[in-house]
Amino acid sequence: MSDGTRTTAPDIVASVRDVSKVYELGGQPVKALDGVSIDFRQGDFVAIMGSSGSGKSTLLNLLGCLDRPTSGQYVLAGRDVARLDDEALSRVRGRYLGFVFQSYNLIQQLTVVENIEVPLAYRRPPLPGGRELCLRLARVVGLSGRLDHRPNQLSGGQQQRVAIARALVNNPHVLLADEPTGNLDTATSVEIMDLLDALNRAGRTIVMVTHEPDIAARAKRVVRLRDGRVASITENPRPAGSG
Amino acid sequence: MNLLQQLRLGFRSLLLHKLRSALAVLGILIGVTAVIWLVAMGEGVSFQAQQQIKDLGATSIIVRSVKPTEDSDLGGGSRTGIAYGLLREDYDRLLTNVPTIREAVPMREISREVRQREFSVDAQLIGCTPTYFEINRLAIARGRPLSDTDLERYDNVAVLAHEVAQRLFPIEDPLGRAVLVGDDFYVVVGIAAPRTAAAAIGGSFAARQYDRDVYVPISTFRARIGDRVFTVRGGTFQNETVELNQITAVVDDVRHVDSTAEIIRNLLARYHKVNDYAIVVPKELLEQAETMRTMFNVLLLLIAGISLLVGGIGIMNIMLATVTERTREIGIRRALGATKGEIVRQFLWETVVLSGTGGLLGVACGFLCGPTVAAVREGIRAFLPDMWASLPATIRQLEPLLAPWSIVAAFGISVGVGIVFGIYPARRAANMDPIEALRHE
Repeated sequence: MSDGTRTTAPDIVASVRDVSKVYELGGQPVKALDGVSIDFRQGDFVAIMGSSGSGKSTLLNLLGCLDRPTSGQYVLAGRDVARLDDEALSRVRGRYLGFVFQSYNLIQQLTVVENIEVPLAYRRPPLPGGRELCLRLARVVGLSGRLDHRPNQLSGGQQQRVAIARALVNNPHVLLADEPTGNLDTATSVEIMDLLDALNRAGRTIVMVTHEPDIAARAKRVVRLRDGRVASITENPRPAGSG
Repeated sequence: MNLLQQLRLGFRSLLLHKLRSALAVLGILIGVTAVIWLVAMGEGVSFQAQQQIKDLGATSIIVRSVKPTEDSDLGGGSRTGIAYGLLREDYDRLLTNVPTIREAVPMREISREVRQREFSVDAQLIGCTPTYFEINRLAIARGRPLSDTDLERYDNVAVLAHEVAQRLFPIEDPLGRAVLVGDDFYVVVGIAAPRTAAAAIGGSFAARQYDRDVYVPISTFRARIGDRVFTVRGGTFQNETVELNQITAVVDDVRHVDSTAEIIRNLLARYHKVNDYAIVVPKELLEQAETMRTMFNVLLLLIAGISLLVGGIGIMNIMLATVTERTREIGIRRALGATKGEIVRQFLWETVVLSGTGGLLGVACGFLCGPTVAAVREGIRAFLPDMWASLPATIRQLEPLLAPWSIVAAFGISVGVGIVFGIYPARRAANMDPIEALRHE
């Protein structure tokens, strides 16, 4: 943690500064992200929107430390993670980030509680009392009755709840959600959004990619991307459904 | 993740595809069982061979008379009568000139029909001294062995081998009774205990059978039968003169065996113009057998190793399929914080569980080697008696010997095979791009 990587505001948990990502496509360089800068404050709830190809997936991958930017800075938990090697990035993902995917991405051969436990397996040093924590989180997301079920015995909404519990188990700085309601019907989407809302009110920082305006409307801020650049950042004055 | 969790995870992942995993396990199982069985059989055979050689005595040196080949210059012999082989002088020379020889036994033998009333046996009449029994570890079951007094008095006494005694005296007690050899009667003074055949000594001799022997004092042999033996072959009389058929020398220390053999070789060469004798050193045979055994084991390990290799390739094949199938899981685990090393370890453990299970089951099957061989043997004896009779004694008497090192080696190799053949699929899993892996359908 050198001086250059320190952020100015103490409540900023993650921030990207002038981040670009260039892919080689058929020998031609393609700019997926072009000088994006966003700050994420503690307790923020940000929806990232944009049409297909706008760079929102690329941005989420960078924020999730699944990829490294071609240039620019990504400060997470007080240090620049943009140039870390693969192993260090893995540790950062496990320690500071939680993932919720559109297709839930549970491991099929594991039970509900075992799925929630997976991130703990990669935690160094191991967390004592991990099993109790998982049981508590299962209760928080409303699945304490289905601990021994397999993912294929659960509905989509229930699977997504398991995924949310799993994302929370390491108490991440940022919860990253990639179209969390994309595979769900309207009623279940509302339930999942209520759950994310509740987590956010409890202080959890959430960054969510979505293309549905009514889902994005429940965030505090909406970042719109166009052609790899930030087109607009708007505050939702009173997030819908929070009343 | 601790070891127990890793193993449990490995088992559970493998149970997702029970048949596939079982087949991979089977490949390793067969390899491991093959190693243990083949080595056990090899050990059994070579143990037999070594036992037979040891029966000849590690400190013995055996010198035998050998009839020279026809075209050899016999020096004084004629077409109808030849003299060859060891002389009584040779025996005296050995005893007086070689200090490392503790004792020596001269021996003369001839095939003769031995009769008792209506019973007769084609026996091997052996003229020897009392020491012969001790050196050849011939135990006396009843009566007494030959004695020095018998030799001094040229007595007509005989010790019968167990089988000879049984065939000549099916009912009566042979002790004190007389048997007829040619025109001479011999009084039975002792019966030898049954004894298995010793190793064949030298390339030209068949395995030494002891069950047709009739032992008489060598002095009596010389007086009653003599050195010259007449045979009728192709209508003409032939006679062979042989003073001694064999001299068994016992060396005082096993370390002196090689040098003593060399001295005997030189000594005899000085007095025998024709190569009419052969020197057999059981210790050398033993060493040869030891070398053979090592070579045999290496060969068997090679064969078994190939089957393990095949099993390993099977495992690799299955793990590659597993890795492709579980691309999504790999992506999830990577996203949730698993490093490449942890993914490698996960899949490596899975392969090791697979091959280790095969190894353990293979060891279990390895222990069935003895009972299986016994069962097969009994089966052949009961249902295929003709085939049984045609089998060589080595196979009929084969007792597999489980070698502990082979069990350890087989299991170790199986786990090793798992690691070696698991590394490539595991690395392939770990090197996947997590973003691509998460998108994988």
